[in-house]
Formats: sequence, C-alpha cells, structure tokens
Amino acid sequence: MLGALHAFYTQHSALIQVGGINAILAISLYFTLATGLLSLANAAFMGIGAYTGALLTMRAHWPFPLVVLAGGVLAATTAVPLGLPVLRLRGVFLAIATIGFGEVVRIFFINWSYAGGALGIDGVPRKTTWWHIYLALVLLLFICWRLRRSRAGYAMEAIRQDEAASATMGINVTAYKVAVFVAGAFIAGIAGSLQAHLRYIVDPNDYGFSTAVDILVYAVVGGMNVFIGPVIGAALITALPDILRQFTSLGVQPGPDRALASGIVLLLVILFLPEGLVSIARFRPWRRRQTTAIATQRARAGP
Amino acid sequence: MAQQIVNGIFAGSIYALFAVGYTLVFGILDILNLAHQAVFMMAAFAALQAVLKWKWNFGPALLFATAIAGVLGILIYYIAYRPLRRRPDTYFSTLISTIAFAAILEALALRWYGARTSRFPLNTFPDHTFHIGSAAFTLLQAVIVAGALVLTLGLQALVRYTRLGKAMRAVAENERAARVLGIDVERVVLVSFAISSALGGIAGVMYGLVYNSVAPGMGHAVELKGLSVIVLGGMGSIPGAVLGGFLLGLVEVASVAQLGSNTRDAVAFIVLFAILLLRPRGLFGRRLVREV
Amino acid sequence: MAAAANDRDRDAARPCRPLSGALPTPTLAAEGIARTMMPSERASAPTPKETASRPLLVVENVRKAFGGVHAVESVSFQIEAGHVQGLIGPNGAGKTTVINIISGLLRADGGTIHLLDRRIDQLPPHKIAALGVRRTHQNIRLFAKMSVLDNVTVGQHLLRRETLVERLVFAPRGRAESARLHAEAEALLARVGLQGRARVPAAALSYGDQRRLEIARALASHPRLLLLDEPAAGMNHTEAAALGELMRDLAAQGLTILLVEHNVQLVMDVCDRVTVLNFGRVIAHGTPAEVTRDPEVIAAYLGTDEETG
Repeated sequence: MLGALHAFYTQHSALIQVGGINAILAISLYFTLATGLLSLANAAFMGIGAYTGALLTMRAHWPFPLVVLAGGVLAATTAVPLGLPVLRLRGVFLAIATIGFGEVVRIFFINWSYAGGALGIDGVPRKTTWWHIYLALVLLLFICWRLRRSRAGYAMEAIRQDEAASATMGINVTAYKVAVFVAGAFIAGIAGSLQAHLRYIVDPNDYGFSTAVDILVYAVVGGMNVFIGPVIGAALITALPDILRQFTSLGVQPGPDRALASGIVLLLVILFLPEGLVSIARFRPWRRRQTTAIATQRARAGP
Repeated sequence: MAQQIVNGIFAGSIYALFAVGYTLVFGILDILNLAHQAVFMMAAFAALQAVLKWKWNFGPALLFATAIAGVLGILIYYIAYRPLRRRPDTYFSTLISTIAFAAILEALALRWYGARTSRFPLNTFPDHTFHIGSAAFTLLQAVIVAGALVLTLGLQALVRYTRLGKAMRAVAENERAARVLGIDVERVVLVSFAISSALGGIAGVMYGLVYNSVAPGMGHAVELKGLSVIVLGGMGSIPGAVLGGFLLGLVEVASVAQLGSNTRDAVAFIVLFAILLLRPRGLFGRRLVREV
Repeated sequence: MAAAANDRDRDAARPCRPLSGALPTPTLAAEGIARTMMPSERASAPTPKETASRPLLVVENVRKAFGGVHAVESVSFQIEAGHVQGLIGPNGAGKTTVINIISGLLRADGGTIHLLDRRIDQLPPHKIAALGVRRTHQNIRLFAKMSVLDNVTVGQHLLRRETLVERLVFAPRGRAESARLHAEAEALLARVGLQGRARVPAAALSYGDQRRLEIARALASHPRLLLLDEPAAGMNHTEAAALGELMRDLAAQGLTILLVEHNVQLVMDVCDRVTVLNFGRVIAHGTPAEVTRDPEVIAAYLGTDEETG
C-alpha cells in the first residue's frame, strides 16, 4: 500500500506540488471573494513573494522558513497602501484597479535589472518540498474552517451581501475589507516564495493578468461560496493537462487544448453551475434540509 | 516633437477604436466584455487568412474580417451574455463568461495558427510616405487615423441622432422602462454587441497590419490599455473613449521620449490608478460608480 | 439567573448591570452598549419614565440637499429616553433621509445630532451602531442568502468577544459564548414570532416575516435607540397590532424607538410623541392627539389626498 502511494507520488510529484501551490493561491483569493471583493491583484502579490524569496535566498542567504515568511510579509505590506484607496471602489472598478496594479508590478519587475529584468531570476535553489506546501495548505484550510461561524466569518459574509446593512450592525466594513485584502496578499506572497524555490526560476511574466485570471478560474470552477471550493477548482484545473494527455490518441493536443478545455469548463460552470463544482455535492443535503424546514413549518402552523 | 505628436495620434487612434466598442457595451449594459480583445485578435487573423491564403485584396479582406467580428459579437451575446441576464450578479458572471469565451477563441487561434507571430505580406497596403513639417507618416497610418475618426464619429452620430441610438440610450438609462415603452431591448443589445465587436475587429486588423504582427496573444496588451482608456474617458462615454485613446497615445509617446521606453506600458496603468483614485468617473462619465 | 449574571459581570468591556434592579442612568462607556432587559428581568425594573432626565437623541437644524433638491431643511426634534416617537409625513417629506442621516448612512450638509452627550453626526455608521443605534430599512435589507438565525447572529456582532485566536484553539470561552448567543438569538426569534424558522433562508420568508426578522436582527445586540423605517408596510391589521404591542413592550423595557410610519392608526396607538415632516421641514410636534388636531398637519395630508384623488 505504502509502496503504491510512493510510486503514485513519484510519478505525479510535479502535479501534486504545483497543485498544492495553486490551491494555496486559490485560498488567497477566497478570502477576498468571500467578502465580496473581486481582487485580481493576487498574481502580483505572488510575484512580490517570489522575488523577495528568491533574492533573500540567493543574495542574503536567509534560512528557508524565514524567506517564505518574508515573501508573505512583503506582499502584505504592499497590500496596505494599495488597499486603503482602492477598496473604496465598487465591483468592476475594484477589479480594474487591481488589474492595473498587477500590470504595474509586472512591468516593474521586467524593468528591474537587479532582479534580472525581463529574464527574471535563474537558478533559485530548490528548497520546497511537498510537505512545506501541504503544511501551509492544511493550516490555511483549518483557519478557513474555524473562520466559518466566527465573528469575522459572519461579518465577511454580511459585507459580501450588503455593506450598508452590515455597517449599521456595527461592522467596520473598511477594516474587514483591508484585513482580508492584506491576508490574501500575505498568503499569495507565501505561495509565490514557495513556488520560486520549486521551479528554479522567477519569470516576471508569470505574475501578470493571465495568472490572475487563472487563480480566479480555480475559485469559480470549484465554487466560491465555501472554502474548499477553490481548492477543488485548483486541483481540477492543474490536473487538466494530465487528464487530457489520456486522450492524445484522439487527436487532443495537450498544449493549446488545455486552454480550450479550461475555457469550456469555465463557460459551462458559469452558465450551468454558478456555485461551482462543490454545489453538486451540496445540492442534495440542502434540498433535504429545506424540505425538513418546510415540513417543520407546516407542523407548527401557528397563529 | 512633431513626429512624436504624429506617432502619439496614430497609436491613440487604434486605442480609441478599440476602446469605443468596450465602452459602448459597458455604457448600455454595465458589463465589461473581456472577450473584446479576442475578437480584436480573431479579426486580424481573419483578414490575414483572406489575404494570405485566399489572395484577396485588402479592402474585401477588411470587410470580411469586420463581418467575422460582428458575428463573433452576436455569438458573445447569445452564449456569454443572454443566459446570464436574470442573475443578480450579472457584472461578475459576464466577466467570467467573457473571459471564458476569450480563452476559447485564443485556444482555437492557437490550434489553427500556432503560437508564432504571423505577418501580412508586404504588398497588402500601398506604401506611401507623407511629410508634414519634420514629421513623417505613412499612408496606412493616415488611413488608420482617418478611419478611426470616421468610425467613432459615426458611432457617436448613430447614438445621438438615430432611432437605434435613442433606443440604446434608453436601455442604458433604464432597461425596464425602455421595455415598457415598447423598445425591443434584446434586439438593441444584440445590435450593440455586433457593432461593438465589429469596431474592435477593425481595430485588430489595423493593428496587425501596421505593427505587422498577428499572434493569438495580441489582444492582451491592448485589452488592458483599453481598460485604462475607458476609465480615463469615463465608462460609457463614446467621446470619452475617443479622447482618452488619443490622450493615452500621446502621453505614452511623450513618456517614452522623456523617461525612456521602459515606461511606455506603465503609463497606461499609472493613468488608470490616478483616475480611479482621484476622479473615478473619468473625463466624461455620467455616473460615479455603480450603485450596488 | 445567577449563572447568567456572573457571565455578564465577567465581561469587562460591557457596563455592569447592578443586581439590585435599579436601572442605571444611561451613560456611554467606551463601547457604550446599554442593555435592555430580557423578559425574565422585567418585573424588577422601574419604568423608563422614572429614569429619563434628559433627551436621548437631539437633532438640531439638520439639512441635506441632493443636487438642487432640499430633502431635509432645518429639521430639529428631540426624543426622550424610553419613548416611542413617531416621524410621519406625506411621501417625499424626508423621513427616510432623516433616518439615514441619524444612522450614518448619509452625511448631513449641516446641523448636529447628539446621542446623550455624544455628537454622532460626523461618525461612520458602524461607530454610531456601536453607541447603541440600530435600524430597519424601508426596502428590507436582510442578508437574503443567510438563514433566519444567521441574520440575527450577524446582528450580535458587537456582543461577540471571541477572538480569532481563541477560535483557532477551540477555547471553551468561545463555545460558551456561542451557546449563550445562540440561545439569545432563538429567544429573540420567538419574541418576534419567528420561532422554529431558524434554518429557513431569509429570502424564503413572507414579507411580514421578513420585516419582523429585520427587527429581531436590530434588537440582537441590545440597542438603546431603534430606528424603524416603515416596519408595518405591507402588514395587515392583526400583524400591525402585534407589531405595535411589541414596540410598547420594548419601550417599557427601556428601549427608545423612532418610528417612521404611514399607518396612522399604529402611530396613534403606539407613540408617546409624534414629529410631522412636510417637504423636508418639521411642521408639528406633540402628542398624537395634538398633532392630529394641528391644522397644518391636516392640510399637508388632505392636500396630498386631493392630489391623488
């Protein structure tokens, strides 16, 4: 049994590790989405974490755990001055502003010769192992789980549904928005630092708009209403090329067709399963709960 | 200096033509059509296909590409917009659906034409160079600027003076009231998508021709700059998009001249930030931000 | 109940309620949440008329214009603690604007608003809420996708003390607090007649039930001032009467209520005082009986009746 697991791991190690990092990124987005904020800046925060991590390891020789944390901290620090003005914006304008931020960061890195400019950084020592990634992931999932019925969790959900009403309940909407934005940035920064030490390279073009969209796709496909959704979405989309590879005999080209498959999956999900793939699992229990509620109401038909 | 102004105006005209389609859809429907850039790209490929493979002249190729773009716009309406109309969070779900649509188009382009950059054959457009003072420009550039002005002014005229335009403005103002007044809202929206995409397609062909490069990813840079333009001009304002486009073109060129070519792409986003933070409604935007 | 009282005394941030039964004169501590009493304590409490020595809410010369339209112009009135005060007037008189300004959703162009000694007109809505002001909305603003109970739980936001760290380590204090708040929420639902519906999604409730849920949510963290914006809209006679009884109950326990309503019968039955607005100005103030006899008020309402035929 253990031998089989080990064999499975070695065969799919890249997938497992990259999938784990994508899952962490997806969770970084989940925090903001759960509060009703469409922020597309997380790829940029990831980039900040990656560059910070790579440079600290290669130029300053800091120990690895510190480097990973530093990536998160620096990303979070950038998020504060960005968040305060930008989080006032509504809906699509927030999305646009965060896209803009992402582009500015990407262009900055492309022009930063100290960090290799357009070529990025090469030769980052490989220090990330699967248990680093999954430790972080499990920790995050635990925090998300405990957040659910907590004061902050209720506040986030309330803000997502109605900001003005939330404020009249005593919820400091701005503080929560900034907090989740910074938290998301911190997590994305950690993911970036971990990834930099996994892939040997840090390429500025990996932290632009298309990556931000990728992260959003994980969340949408998996489901944004519950914290496990983005993780499932990340797992599925990351595994997609490998799944497609099974069909190469049918003329499927994993390269371009992965993008095609992602696009189709995304379109199908948003059209027919807007709550994401997790809603398949939750469909029946909710129905049962609602039927019980209706039955209970009828039973208690009162004055 | 004069040359820079010419360059700026020319670059700006493409931005303007692209942005106008973006802002039209946003103004009427309050949604961001992120498939616009994919239509931009597909139209360029369509024209390329016509010229390279079928040996057409440029004129018919352009018309063909515009038609393809219009058809894609109609497809976007039916596939990515209409099914989501009744949802409470339309702006978000259409953002996603148009992203998906764009991804599909790009993947198809990747499959059919490969990732490498393709080029129009050299004799596609007659090659003349003109001079005004110290500035030089080609016939193609002149045609692009003139074409962009004609098209955008034409669109503005359409919106202001025709029945269709009035219907568009009514739907933009209050969809339910427009429906009650007997306006066929679905048809107006469909036509808006078609026109918007057609204009974006023309911009794509022009872009591919003048920069002599057509590739599946060519829409990305323009898409994001287009966002800056419509924010600068004011979401939903056609004159704003035109003015914003030209302004961006000029500011970019000036920035390159003064601060170096690295800054070129950053300019659009610095402008974007400045506008969003200082004056979110842009130059001519009517509403501040969407009332949630 | 001794155990509950000990719990409350241990919560340092909240003002201690003396066990002797005398209601303390309203003071505003840093958090400033005065408690109204749960039904079990009612018997021991004095009526608010004995304790109110100064007005709870003082609105002075408030004005607000939208574009060129003066929605509210030099509006001044006061509300005594423990009173139910009506705010009536024809449509468009500015009543909801006044409520929006008091609750902080709108910033007045001029004038001041004081809650006891504290000036609140410049504060953001969540700080005003922290001082004990709660409201319902004219177009119901429930958290539609949440359950009935969850809506009330959000309303308890300011009561919850469990920190995120405590939650992460499963601290027992958090569990005790959750259980206690859960029980309070259920009791509140029962009080407004929504018992047994805790798990129903709020959007599935009937219109009248939704209004009652909004009130329950507003009561969840023991406010001192409750602003009700047309709570009886769409209710039939029986429902409105039940609502009126609830309001008098709450007032008897020390809650101050500002009631915006079109249901004149309800206003007459329930209110201690009534302020009448027309075209953004106060045209009358007094007891219900006085106000209904006021010729200017009659003209304002009759005039409207004539226009609408």
